[in-house]
Amino acid sequence: MDVSAVRRGIRDVAPLLLGVAPFGLVAGVAAINAGLTLEQALGMSVIVFAGASQLAALELIGRDAPLSVVVATAVVINLRMLMYSASIAPYFRSLRARSRSIAAYLLTDQAYALSVSAYRSEDAIDRLAYYLGAAATLWVVWQVATVAGALLQAGVPDALGLEFAVPLVFLALLVPAMEDGPTVVAGLVGGGIAVLGAGLPLNFGLLVGAAVGIAAGVASETTLPVGASDAH
Amino acid sequence: MPTSYADPLIWGVIAAIGLLTYLIRLSFIALFGYVDEIPDGLERVLRYVPPAVLGALVFPAFVTIAPGAGGLEADRLVAGAAAIGVAWWRQSVLATMAAGMGTLWLVRFVVLPAV
Repeated sequence: MDVSAVRRGIRDVAPLLLGVAPFGLVAGVAAINAGLTLEQALGMSVIVFAGASQLAALELIGRDAPLSVVVATAVVINLRMLMYSASIAPYFRSLRARSRSIAAYLLTDQAYALSVSAYRSEDAIDRLAYYLGAAATLWVVWQVATVAGALLQAGVPDALGLEFAVPLVFLALLVPAMEDGPTVVAGLVGGGIAVLGAGLPLNFGLLVGAAVGIAAGVASETTLPVGASDAH
Repeated sequence: MPTSYADPLIWGVIAAIGLLTYLIRLSFIALFGYVDEIPDGLERVLRYVPPAVLGALVFPAFVTIAPGAGGLEADRLVAGAAAIGVAWWRQSVLATMAAGMGTLWLVRFVVLPAV
């Protein structure tokens, strides 16, 4: 494995940790507030390892919602990773089955967005090494932050709105992903539809928005030029 | 609002979400290992996954149009707009985070209490 690619993955993911760490803190606090033990809080972060779905599940658990609804909500939120899996899979085809199964476990919004953009701009990069550098770093920070949140609990004031750091990280990933006309259309339409659908149950607004955004991007190829315009 | 579910049930829910989420993550990564050629049309569509999903994750966090929720929440809207501007201008995660959180706190703790 190419150590310099591991290091590049770690370096590229470092600024994103500023948003991931508060998110993990919030997940740890939410777990304790919902009545989970410290072991369960950490267990959830290790076993599920998907922040948005963890927060949604914890809120429902805290309200004693039916457990089938808890599971369904979390799974629907994570369905977006089906798209990540399909999108990153072509780059992982040369990996061994065991490496692929580990890479799948570590698949997150941030690891996905960073890696696909690195793979696109650089064909020769050691893909697994870069991916593990970014994804495993995210994993470690997520677990440490969850435990810290569970232990600090009351010491993390709600009013700070730390969970707002999460969409800011996604925004920082979104801007470079809008590289030409059709991708800008996909992002804006996906975002707009998701805003309109935010009230839908089970977070369907996210999935509907993403699906319509992708369709809009493809449709706009007939009128807008495809390819990096480097407009900014 | 601590839950009244017993510990084993909580562990069961965690395990169920974890297993299903892993299968979602693994799906195409495992499948494409066995397929020889990925269709051109599919690759074209997949190019729009990052902007569409990220857009759908970002904008609802800045803009809320939920019926009965009292309309827009000013602090997140203003902070989101500031962050979008900085993200476009600087293309830097750090600058985006600083602009977004800084504006959120400014509006929430200084501006809103003053009006």
